[in-house]
Amino acid sequence: MNHLDRLEAQSVYILREAYREFKSLCMLWSIGKDSTVLLWLARKAFFGHVPIPLVHIDTHYKIPEMIEYRDRIALEWNLNMIYGENKAALDDKQTFPDGNVDRIACCRHLKSEALKRTLSGEWPRYRMNHDLKRYVADDRKKEPYTGVIVGVRADEEGSRSKERYFSPRDSGNSWDVGDQPPEFWNQFKTDFAPGTHVRIHPLLDWTELNIWEYIERENIPIVPLYFNQGGGTRYRSLGCAPCTNPIESESRTIEEIIEELRNGSLSNVAERSGRAQDKEDGGGLETLRRDGYM
Amino acid sequence: MNIVIVGHVDHGKSTVIGRLLADTGSLPEGRLESVKESCRKNSKPFEYAFLLDALKDEQAQGITIDTARCFFKTDARDYIIIDAPGHIEFLKNMISGASRAEAALLVIDAQEGIRENSKRHGHMVSMLGVRQVTVLVNKMDLVGYREADFEALKAEYTEYLRQIDVEPVSFIPVSAREGDNIADASEHMPWYSGPTVLEQLDRFSSGGRLHEKPFRFPVQDIYKFTQSGDDRRIVAGTIAAGKVLIGEEVLFLPSGKRSVIESIESFNTLPKGSAVAGEATGFTLSTQIYIRPGEIMVRPSDPQPEVGTRFRANIFWVGRVPMSMEKEYKLKLGTARATVKLAEIVSTLDASDLRYSRTKRQLDNRDVGECIFETTRPIAFDLASESETTGRFVIVDNYEIAGGGIILENLSGGESILERHIRERESHWETGVVLTSDRERANRHRSKFIVITGRPGIGKRALARELESMLFRNRCSTYYLGMAAIEHGLDADLRLHEKNVEERLRRIGELARIMTDAGMIFITAVDDADDYDIEALKLLNAPNEILVVNVGQSDFYRTRPDLHLEALEDIAETIDIIADLLISREIIVDYQI
Repeated sequence: MNHLDRLEAQSVYILREAYREFKSLCMLWSIGKDSTVLLWLARKAFFGHVPIPLVHIDTHYKIPEMIEYRDRIALEWNLNMIYGENKAALDDKQTFPDGNVDRIACCRHLKSEALKRTLSGEWPRYRMNHDLKRYVADDRKKEPYTGVIVGVRADEEGSRSKERYFSPRDSGNSWDVGDQPPEFWNQFKTDFAPGTHVRIHPLLDWTELNIWEYIERENIPIVPLYFNQGGGTRYRSLGCAPCTNPIESESRTIEEIIEELRNGSLSNVAERSGRAQDKEDGGGLETLRRDGYM
Repeated sequence: MNIVIVGHVDHGKSTVIGRLLADTGSLPEGRLESVKESCRKNSKPFEYAFLLDALKDEQAQGITIDTARCFFKTDARDYIIIDAPGHIEFLKNMISGASRAEAALLVIDAQEGIRENSKRHGHMVSMLGVRQVTVLVNKMDLVGYREADFEALKAEYTEYLRQIDVEPVSFIPVSAREGDNIADASEHMPWYSGPTVLEQLDRFSSGGRLHEKPFRFPVQDIYKFTQSGDDRRIVAGTIAAGKVLIGEEVLFLPSGKRSVIESIESFNTLPKGSAVAGEATGFTLSTQIYIRPGEIMVRPSDPQPEVGTRFRANIFWVGRVPMSMEKEYKLKLGTARATVKLAEIVSTLDASDLRYSRTKRQLDNRDVGECIFETTRPIAFDLASESETTGRFVIVDNYEIAGGGIILENLSGGESILERHIRERESHWETGVVLTSDRERANRHRSKFIVITGRPGIGKRALARELESMLFRNRCSTYYLGMAAIEHGLDADLRLHEKNVEERLRRIGELARIMTDAGMIFITAVDDADDYDIEALKLLNAPNEILVVNVGQSDFYRTRPDLHLEALEDIAETIDIIADLLISREIIVDYQI
């Protein structure tokens, strides 16, 4: 087995462990390359099926190609696709593009808060109806999700390198970095007290390069925004249109992206350098993450 | 390849990694400069460790709180370097990091010498199954790069490692701060001719020869995605050791069921004829047997795992609350889950000075001990020396993994916890002056515990109630116990979100013992009972007798029910059959509909 085989096997093991142990489980799909690899790994783990609902937090400021892609894949792969949103903040224009709050507060409203309330079941969940081919408000009884699978990678930045594969959050979604439960061998925290939930991180040991190598090997369809479409720029990390900028790159194919990462021409550019919210307040991302941001 | 760096606090683990990343050009450009810049701004001296200790908390305290991963690559392979905290408070984090590693770098300060955690971590790394250990004697610059200092420390620590059966791969004198022998050979220590740290990393061997070992497949789950139009029934899991081919016979333990590999399942790959250690895969079987997650699938032709309820193990405890002999814990071994009790503490070891104690009655936080454990029902396992993945376990206390252990010996065959409990209970059982024979004469029937088993929702309850009604009409002293009656009564103390299967069953068995002692025909229905459930109920009800009526599909492998019914079609007819059985067993004399 090579390095990618081992990473794949470990992620599959973690996904199956989560599916076995958590009755109310969901997977976050940001439409980006990492969580799309995660979705693919779920199809590996469950032999072509995805028996776990996928949750996307729609800020309504996403780059339009992302949403088109999401819905196309959801229909093609027969996904149990759900999205959630912060309707109140959008209606009250408490957003950065509306000029009323800063970027961090905007992330907090449209992402962290929307995520928290969608996971808890307090706010509406919109589910893809495969017959109607559109989303309808979910009228099922909304159970809080107690297991949330997330595609974070340890190499993304400092605070993520400390994550566990199974990482407990209390009812306020907060993360106590200093007092995390132990994980020995292949045994994870699959028992949890009422009122808490667990974040599950099957991609923790993957690097950005591993992700692209795997996308190439498995021929996974991804959003074309990652490629230079002629303008000499491409997105390296995807987010909301107002706060996400492309990087300068000529890479038009997966092979060229891999080459670009391997030859070090991006080594002086952080992966999330196109994400404007990270730059506010020294440890912006860490502050957001303690608050439930992914 | 996963490499862990361990050692006493302040001996320079994070510095070694920082240096390794910096000297191999593995850092993003500008990271080094920006950390140096921020040190200058805060007027504190730059340290390579700051490159890793990215979290705010850590920079403030200057210690590694949790395990951080760093990624780096040599021409030979990809590495994940796990920086494990050296501070005693964070032992559980150190263990989490080290348990994933194939090799360890153990850092000792040349000036300060061997300290408490130098020893403790050495011992832990060995217990965790990390077989390749290289010792880095760090801060050689502080002892003038003297060979004598290095050799003295090497001799002392080698002696310690020998006592715990660890044979280090190498000792390397380094100064992480100055960059000696990290990525480049040191000019300050011409007397040293061994590998640099970087060279040593590439010399560690990876993967082992797991695929040549006996086949072990802990069953993680059984999938059938019928709703998505998929009829495959797939036994899923990750192969812990060995190899298996399509067409080979397989045996499931502890149930003892057998079948044959029909196919190897996967998504987006070419068809597979075999599967080997490390693969997360799935199989379909040629026969429809009922197995549960947690069993180990093996080849009958291989050396077999142990099956039992009692074993001796080395365990480390990192729970907030001590491990006691009074309490039940959850054991996770491979994919198996079981209820376990600490039966005996043979000895405890203070890993910092290797002193044994034979007087402790509990395991405190950070204790290492040799103990005897008992599960309430048999599990399949290996000795850790034979197969690591299926030979080690963790203990869950109050939702958290609180300890981990490796199995040294199977001690099954002796008296189980339940058997001992029954023996003690019976020796103290208090009876009144009314004899069993008096009751039988007055009741004109004998007592019996009738258990109706089968899948949920197939009418067991209706049958049980009808049986009670018929017996009552025939003037029998009888009682049907509904599960809802005890769930909110006798079992109200058992937390609802937890299964507590064993404890619930024990209470039913104890109730049966009392009710049958009172001369009754006591009836209850149990969902999905398996061999061990029935054996436990039999034992608990002893010396009185049990009668098992099974309806439809069952999980029984060894148990022969007294009556097996394919389905419940006509209840009245079924009652007739049961009544005839009760007559033939001389429980009741006669009956009328």
